[in-house]
Amino acid sequence: MAEKLTVLNPLGYPPKITRKALAPRLSTLEGKTVYLVDCRFDDSDLFLKQMQAWLAEHMPGVKTVFKPISSVYLQDDPTTWEEIKARGHAAILGVGH
Amino acid sequence: MTIEAKYGVPTIAMHTDKFDKVARSVATVNGMPGLRQVFVPQPIMGKTAQQLRAYVDGVDPITGRPVMQEVIEGLTQPIDERELGAIAFDRSTPRSVPADTAENLEQVFLENRWTDMLPIVLPTEERVAKMLAATKRKPEEVVGRMRSTHFREYWEYTVEKVAVNAVMAGARPAYFPVILALAATGVTARGSSSSAVAGMAVVNGPIRNEIGMSAGLGAMGPYNHANATIGRAYGLLSQNGQGGSVPGLSYMGNQGNSYGYNSATFAENEERSPWTPFHTQHGRAAQESAVSVFSSVRSTAFTLGLPEKHWREHVEHMLRGMDPHGPPTLLLDPIAARQFVDRGAFTTKELLIDWLYDTARMRASEYWNYQLIQNYIYPRATFGEEPWASKLKAEPDEMIPMFRREDIHVVVVGGESNGYWRMMGCNYQKTVSVDDWR
Repeated sequence: MAEKLTVLNPLGYPPKITRKALAPRLSTLEGKTVYLVDCRFDDSDLFLKQMQAWLAEHMPGVKTVFKPISSVYLQDDPTTWEEIKARGHAAILGVGH
Repeated sequence: MTIEAKYGVPTIAMHTDKFDKVARSVATVNGMPGLRQVFVPQPIMGKTAQQLRAYVDGVDPITGRPVMQEVIEGLTQPIDERELGAIAFDRSTPRSVPADTAENLEQVFLENRWTDMLPIVLPTEERVAKMLAATKRKPEEVVGRMRSTHFREYWEYTVEKVAVNAVMAGARPAYFPVILALAATGVTARGSSSSAVAGMAVVNGPIRNEIGMSAGLGAMGPYNHANATIGRAYGLLSQNGQGGSVPGLSYMGNQGNSYGYNSATFAENEERSPWTPFHTQHGRAAQESAVSVFSSVRSTAFTLGLPEKHWREHVEHMLRGMDPHGPPTLLLDPIAARQFVDRGAFTTKELLIDWLYDTARMRASEYWNYQLIQNYIYPRATFGEEPWASKLKAEPDEMIPMFRREDIHVVVVGGESNGYWRMMGCNYQKTVSVDDWR
């Protein structure tokens, strides 16, 4: 029978992860403002504008705002998040590849 | 995720279907396993308005449910406690692998994707101890942290973890300080970018000759043991130290990259170079040993020498062949380096870099039309960041610089069997002392 070896594990050490809460959902989108947030990657702006058109046709009671992020998607964008928090009720972010 | 968790705004994240596993994995490791995500077909890029509208009208290819129904429900249906998952995720890595035969252990390493798919040297206690004896640093000392992409969490690794990966790569203990210095950069050689990137490492100083690295014939591989295994160790340490590099989950490079097998690791040919060594351009003394790492290694262009009549045009065309988001690092055989001195009176690397910067130009309209420039530079330009904000003001036909001067580099490597040289499209990251890790 072949000898058994003990070898060391090559994986690094992961951080502990603590759950973050999701935001409470809306009861309806009627009369609400939904931000379509363009992450400015590839042609995400063109896609979100089609989504905006769909909402205008099918859910005219929903106000939509098309909003490109301030810089590249790799950077946090508190200015945009603050605006959505102050003036909007929900957000659709896209497109992550 | 920030807008949902920190600002309390109900949000839907849209992705293309190729990214379903990675998107869910990233949400989980960021503490939001229940993040509501909706998928549309890949690609978005290059599609017409009608085709994109069909995505909106169509179904999520992952779930088979209508895209807009999922979006609306995702914003309005209450959060189910089951969506939240566990409250905390305690994760740890055991020091050793359950004992088994060598054959079975090799299979375990392969199945866990701890290798680069080539055979490895099993990291036994004895082998790892010999590696650890090559540094004064303690095994439990933290060397650094890495992650495969901006959205993932950093994992941490110790001197012992680096030694384990060095053994696996087949490295000799004498190489260990160089491998530790590479690990200390914190720059991964296993980036997850869909553009299929690799790393590149250049070694300078006395350590090159002490451990028998090659800066001459065949230096870029696969002909020198130190070059080959140091670079392989850097790659293995990157993928394991950061917690994985698994296609579809934590690696999304569309074509892969064969430079990744040893992270294009070589020594600079300081002895035959007409210029100062690379590490001295980045804050290190000539007698100090150091490693310099580059990321996003993707593209190359090559030619032979610098013919007298049209050398300027030849170099210009090579520069124009690069993607403007992948700045050139010139890898010059000493023959080619001396030709640059003779032809252009570039008596320093800096003078050559000045000329390359001035020469690499294209029409502004063409520059801004590059997809990677649209993705990564245009948003920063519109945000007012220089030098791109000024470039954005150029007339469409104005010839503007393709690269920032500080992103262009020159390294001398080669054995003078001829004057071939190449441009490597990549991004210099940092230079770290090897002597600190002896």
